[in-house]
Amino acid sequence: MTETHLHAIKTSTGRTLRTEEMVVNMGPQHPSTHGVLRLEVVLDGEIVVDVIPHLGYLHRCFEKHCEHMTSYQQVIPYVDRMDYVAAMTNEHAFVVAAEKLLKIEVPERVHYIRIIMAELQRIASHLIAIGTFGIDMGAFTPFLYYFRDREKILELFEMTCGARLLYNYIWIGGLSHDIPPQFVERTKEFCTDFKKTLKEVNDLLNYNEIFIKRTANVGILPKDLAINYACSGPMLRGSGVDFDLRRDDPYTLYNKFEWDVIVGKGEMGTVGDVWDRNIVRQREMWESLRIIEQAIATLPEGDVQKAVPKRIRPVPGDAYGRVEGPRGELGFYIVAEDSVTPYRIKARAPAFVNLSVINEISKGAMLADLVAIMGSIDIVLGEVDR
Amino acid sequence: MENILAFLNEPAVTMVLLALIPLVFILVYALVTIYFEMKVAAHIQNRLAYMETGWHGVIQPIADMLKLLQKEDIIPTDADKFLFILAPYLVFIGTYASFAVMPFSSGFIGSNIDLGIFYLVAASSLVVVGLLMAGWASNNKWSMFGALRSAAQIVSYEIPGVLAILGVVMVFGTMNMQTMTQMQDGGIQNWLIIGGNFPLGQKLALFPFMFILFIIYLLSSMAEVNRTPFDLPEAESELVQGYNTEYSGMKFAIFYLAEYANLFLVSAIVVVMFFGGWTSPFGSFMSGTVWSAFWFVLKGMSFVFLNIWLRWTLPRLRVDQLMYVSWKVLTPFALFCIIAIGFIMVI
Amino acid sequence: MTALTIYFNDIYRAISSALIGMRITIRQMVSPTVTLQYPHEKKQMPDRVRNRLYMNYDDCIGCELCAKACPVDCIEIEVMKAPPTETLGETSTGQKKRIYVTKFDIDIAKCCYCGLCVFPCPTECLKMTDVYEFSEYDRNNLIYNFGTMSAVEVETAKLKVKQYDEEQTAKKAAAAAQAAAAKAAAAAQPAPVPEIPAAPVTPAQSEQPKGPDTPPTQQ
Repeated sequence: MTETHLHAIKTSTGRTLRTEEMVVNMGPQHPSTHGVLRLEVVLDGEIVVDVIPHLGYLHRCFEKHCEHMTSYQQVIPYVDRMDYVAAMTNEHAFVVAAEKLLKIEVPERVHYIRIIMAELQRIASHLIAIGTFGIDMGAFTPFLYYFRDREKILELFEMTCGARLLYNYIWIGGLSHDIPPQFVERTKEFCTDFKKTLKEVNDLLNYNEIFIKRTANVGILPKDLAINYACSGPMLRGSGVDFDLRRDDPYTLYNKFEWDVIVGKGEMGTVGDVWDRNIVRQREMWESLRIIEQAIATLPEGDVQKAVPKRIRPVPGDAYGRVEGPRGELGFYIVAEDSVTPYRIKARAPAFVNLSVINEISKGAMLADLVAIMGSIDIVLGEVDR
Repeated sequence: MENILAFLNEPAVTMVLLALIPLVFILVYALVTIYFEMKVAAHIQNRLAYMETGWHGVIQPIADMLKLLQKEDIIPTDADKFLFILAPYLVFIGTYASFAVMPFSSGFIGSNIDLGIFYLVAASSLVVVGLLMAGWASNNKWSMFGALRSAAQIVSYEIPGVLAILGVVMVFGTMNMQTMTQMQDGGIQNWLIIGGNFPLGQKLALFPFMFILFIIYLLSSMAEVNRTPFDLPEAESELVQGYNTEYSGMKFAIFYLAEYANLFLVSAIVVVMFFGGWTSPFGSFMSGTVWSAFWFVLKGMSFVFLNIWLRWTLPRLRVDQLMYVSWKVLTPFALFCIIAIGFIMVI
Repeated sequence: MTALTIYFNDIYRAISSALIGMRITIRQMVSPTVTLQYPHEKKQMPDRVRNRLYMNYDDCIGCELCAKACPVDCIEIEVMKAPPTETLGETSTGQKKRIYVTKFDIDIAKCCYCGLCVFPCPTECLKMTDVYEFSEYDRNNLIYNFGTMSAVEVETAKLKVKQYDEEQTAKKAAAAAQAAAAKAAAAAQPAPVPEIPAAPVTPAQSEQPKGPDTPPTQQ
């Protein structure tokens, strides 16, 4: 799709004007492709005619690497680096799959801490998603307000496991450390402080009239299309599909807590537009806070390393474990042979699957809308390319 | 000595010297404003901005300027060299020429012509030619996009802007900017934003329309200087950097300078039209040539601050919405105001 | 009519939401900043922070568990089993050292700071510190040589091990020969195997063994 198409336009005076479509490369060094995605965009003036995403600029063969480890434990630092803004969720997904394979039962406290971490990570990831989306819209300030609060979450993580982004915290059968003594108090503090920022940015960005006009009725992803393309996460829920793995396939102890699944309702325009996807993320942070508060309040005692196996050598077989990541269904499929390393690991990366729909929903939009749509898909190239 | 004095008294030399005053002002002001904008933006975002060079980084803009001066001046191979080099200067000339009729103080105005504001509108339109030229000559698709957008934007926003000016001109009955300012002399109650130096009934009738005209001019001036929410020609997240993507070094610095000079220019027009120009807000208190220059710059800078504040608050509009705001909101309102002002002035 | 209402409603909402936004930003502008002026102020690091790797060579017993645990192979260890006659000292945890660690290099440029090497270490000699400022102009400087054995010491150790090995092989050969002879003798005439006196080990080294007490040479 590289040749340009010629159009003939009749002017009011009866003359025919020949116009050409223009092919521009958006990326891999474009400010709003969130990394190294390259979009080949065919433009008719400002109108997008076609979008072809080109992937692979950040491909690091992680799935292949995982087969050449000396133990299952070593895979975890690698899955951290797939979706580097939500590493905790990646670990969680891999560990859920591995525990299914090894048939390990973990103590309740481990489940609780994992839920707290996963929800904190979801908030941190959504903060980046909405913040960078704001930048794509030209609003720089909300991004920094959100980063300010994300920093507090990262400090909580650093306090717990020593790393700010790539944690290696959730282990097969347990956790690398128990939470430090001040953690509970600091998390409670964060939850109260953070609500203020959420309200503030909601007013500053999400309910700003310019922002609404920019995002409402743009990049509409209908329900059936979202399901056909296997979209998941806020992308799917923004289109009005009431589906959340935390509720519909409860993988840890999510069914113990009280929270709601947020679904896009098309308040400002059509169901499934960019505004809906964005507001789903914004409201999910409130729900995550609810879950964290409940989990913190009822945190059981126990030894977090009790079920950690000394040597991992599963019986040959396979297992698929999935969790609801910030971007959608994140799953790991592990095939094990009689060895200490996995025979094959396949990741179902939600960002990759969600990105595939971009061609469908951005046709006919304007160039500025394309940027908005891309921001609303919330891709992380580390996960798309792996 | 006498020779030098005679040389200085030569009309041509005097003219050049007088012309240098705005240039020096622009240079100093641009450095101050760059610092000011960075600091305001940073504090809005809970940051501190420059802190290293000098006390709170006050000499950072100078360091930046020196850096830009000594950077390699890259001209893309396939660029139209002549136009590429000409464009930034054309943009700057358009802005600089506009300063000629700006009444900086009661005692200083470059050229006190009767067609002052008309000349200003005409001269500042030169900017769009420069931007279009820059975008075209860069031979870059993103630059071209930026240039076309800026041409469309500036041309459309000139209409509500000029209509707003027209409303003001109808009230004053003159296009001379010095006269306009003098008509608002005598304190804050005589400024046009509150109805001007008119009898009370007329003043009350004028006030709402003047306020609307002020808002219209403010918005269209923001669009003319390409500031958020109307910064589509440069829209970083969409067009990389718009028309100045390919520019570097000194040429980029001139674009930058012109942008900031333009920002002050439109703020100064707002001040002259609605906020009494160089007049003191306290009547005859703190007035005089030097004080009036102070008031003029202070008022201008407060509108520069407003621009900066809005820039770091609002998201960006889309192209079609930009046109919608110009043609369907600002222009009808401006026309309505002009008709209403016409009636008020006749009665 | 509705179109007109929408039109004015839009204008109203645009202005009011812009004013709300401006109120928020101006309030943030006067509120205190949250950033740290980094080189001048530094953050208090938590206890568990995982940054630059540090290795206490004196405590290393050469078990190579850390190198096996590393997912990016940034730890390079070369070990030699010391003759049982050698005394290499003890670690601070009281374990006896039996292995020469002739080389212990960590390529910190490869390190991914996962911390997996820290957990299996039996003597807790490997740990992650809170030092995070260690950039270098030359990449080779990022390979940290924690091993303190000099080239001469390594050669000596190698020699000793070789000698010991030769002795052992000689002993084994002798034992095997003896066993064969005994077997042959037993085949000829069943008799109790005579006790073989252990060959005395002659200390052949000229130098005193240098172990953990050697002064650190680099890093």
